[in-house]
Amino acid sequence: MTEPLLSIRGVKASYGHVAALKGVDLDVSEGEIVTLIGANGAGKSTLMMTVFGKPRAHAGQIIYSGEDITRRPTHLIARMRIAQAPEGRRIFARMSVYENLQMGAAVNPDADFEQNLEHVLGLFPRLAQRLHQRGGTLSGGEQQMLAIARALMGKPRLLLLDEPSLGLAPLIAQQIFDIIHELNARDRLTVFLVEQNAYHALKLAHRGYVMVNGLITMAGSGRDLLERPEVKAAYLEGGRH
Amino acid sequence: MPEISTTSTGPQFGPVFKDAAATAAISFLMFLPLIGFITVQDIRNVLVLDTRWTLLFILVALITAGRLAYTLVLLPRSARRAHRAPAPASPIVAAIGRWFTPFVVGFVIVYPILIMGLVPGGALKWVDNFGIQILIYVMLGLGLNIVVGLAGLLDLGYVAFYAVGAYSYALLAKTFGFSFYMLLPLAGCLAAFWGIILGFPVLRLRGDYLAIVTLAFGEIIRLVLVNWVDLTNGYAGISGIPRPTFFGIPFNANDDGFAAVFGLPFTPIYRTIFLYYLILALVLLTAFVTIRLRRLPVGRAWEALREDEIACRSLGINTTSTKLTAFSIGAMFGGFAGSFFAARQGFISPETFNFLESATIVAIVVLGGMGSQIGVAVAAVAMVGGTEILRELDWLKDIFGQEFDPGQYRMLLFGFAMVIIMVFKPRGLVSTREPSVALTERKMISAGMVKEGHG
Ligand SMILES: Nc1ncnc2c1ncn2[C@@H]1O[C@H](COP(=O)(O)OP(=O)(O)OP(=O)(O)O)[C@@H](O)[C@H]1O
Ligand SMILES: [Mg+2]
Repeated sequence: MTEPLLSIRGVKASYGHVAALKGVDLDVSEGEIVTLIGANGAGKSTLMMTVFGKPRAHAGQIIYSGEDITRRPTHLIARMRIAQAPEGRRIFARMSVYENLQMGAAVNPDADFEQNLEHVLGLFPRLAQRLHQRGGTLSGGEQQMLAIARALMGKPRLLLLDEPSLGLAPLIAQQIFDIIHELNARDRLTVFLVEQNAYHALKLAHRGYVMVNGLITMAGSGRDLLERPEVKAAYLEGGRH
Repeated sequence: MPEISTTSTGPQFGPVFKDAAATAAISFLMFLPLIGFITVQDIRNVLVLDTRWTLLFILVALITAGRLAYTLVLLPRSARRAHRAPAPASPIVAAIGRWFTPFVVGFVIVYPILIMGLVPGGALKWVDNFGIQILIYVMLGLGLNIVVGLAGLLDLGYVAFYAVGAYSYALLAKTFGFSFYMLLPLAGCLAAFWGIILGFPVLRLRGDYLAIVTLAFGEIIRLVLVNWVDLTNGYAGISGIPRPTFFGIPFNANDDGFAAVFGLPFTPIYRTIFLYYLILALVLLTAFVTIRLRRLPVGRAWEALREDEIACRSLGINTTSTKLTAFSIGAMFGGFAGSFFAARQGFISPETFNFLESATIVAIVVLGGMGSQIGVAVAAVAMVGGTEILRELDWLKDIFGQEFDPGQYRMLLFGFAMVIIMVFKPRGLVSTREPSVALTERKMISAGMVKEGHG
């Protein structure tokens, strides 16, 4: 197999004295959807942010597209066409939807703004209606859409999504998963997805990882993980089918 | 503050009166030591305690009545307004919105001429105190607006850059005899340099911590000016600072002075009017540059920074350089204002650059609506013009007695006006944020053409 697009090797990170990541290994290959699941506080969001250099990994290596980005400043990592829709959406509340999208486009000066805008608004027609509404006045689900749309505006190669279905009605969550699938299948966008909605996220994924207390405890294809009794017991309780 | 429930039929009177009684009690307790008691010297020059019950009573009654009016009339009205769907803006309001800025700019351009025509005798005062004085604060407000309003970095030591600009001009002009027009950009650069010096240590600070450190920075600069006597002449200040010339022609009564060269009778008003247009040009330049910057990536980055630093970083914005540019560009405009101030006064001393000055500038930005340039201008007129007007209110002496000096109540009124404005317009006078991109017709259409998914 060729080199993975993103390769995380033995990464450790901590907040002060609290170790959040205790040696994580994880690969994301070009064209894949990789899902990471785990209980609250397992360190999933931390791993995603560590890829972006905040908090910084104090051991191990993060290789993206053949380059070691472990010690790179966050804003330079962002300019390597890795986009992130971080936990908590973090859209710019006082700016209009349009300006938010412009901010997203600014990382990649080579991208064609008009064309990307058309593409992104095609994926999220609700945003097209609300182009000059202020971001803060959007509904929670619309804000989530805007966060993803903003991340897509820079034409990323790798998209990191932290709980995109959080707080969304089941139907809208399903739409978001469909959009992720479409982006991957049609545009060959590589996606690294952190989710609590384990059933849908693993079904969508080519491969999945399970994280417990800052360590990867299981890995395998999405279908494979869904079948495992440990996963069923811990993350698919209540049979969300 | 107790919540007052308003039903659809109107406020309930029980809680309203309880609220009014609480207001009366609080204001009584507050004003008792401030107003109720006064120390006066008797015939033997001994301090004795006197009381002013009538005045205290009037004040408490006024405040209680105000609170009653607020809860009974204004609160239900605003509650009703909140329920109503927003009415479409009337064409008149829209027209006022569109023409307000050009009107203001036009007005300030003809202002000195207007004043000369209306009050030929008192023109000097009106152009100087109400024109130049206000414009200096507009300039300072616009500069700080970049740091506080746009980038969201609460800087309580802005006066330091004002001081740097003023002392740079004063010292360089006196020592080397450089002209104002040469030193203006130089003073701006020096202030910008100090902006970066301040910026570095506070890069990781936000909010209240940043405010404290910048406050200390402002005090440090002032204390250096006080104590470095060899350079700054300490408390005594620097006098005899060269005044700006009319592009080389001085404003004096000599044969080569402005009046003589243009064949006019000599009066000091020419210099004042020239200074007025000079500061006006600086203000317009600042406003124009800010408008341009807001449309550039760096301006967008400032506004994004103010909202979410983490999101900024993950969108490829270098937050370090973004903050430093905000500090340095804001400081540069402060430096311009400072060197203009020194040139206008001809005399500067450290006492001008105290914390109260910083607080006034911050108040102007906050009252103006954090980010709105026209709001800053309006707030500066209200705050600075308002205090100037206090000096004019001589007729108040007829009511309150000869020793009454309205100027002494400046801070009280200041605070009072501030509270009133913040109660009614908590986001400042002009709280709507202008989008930095107006959607063009073409973009709207292309976005509208996208298929609408109903679901
Ligand atoms: N800024 C921080 N400072 C200190 N500790 C933190 C910080 N952020 C996270 N932690 C701790 O690090 C651990 C991992 O947190 P993280 O946010 O990565 O969990 P998560 O797997 O994303 O959980 P969730 O599913 O609830 O989002 C937690 O124990 C958390 O308390
Ligand atoms: Mg998380």
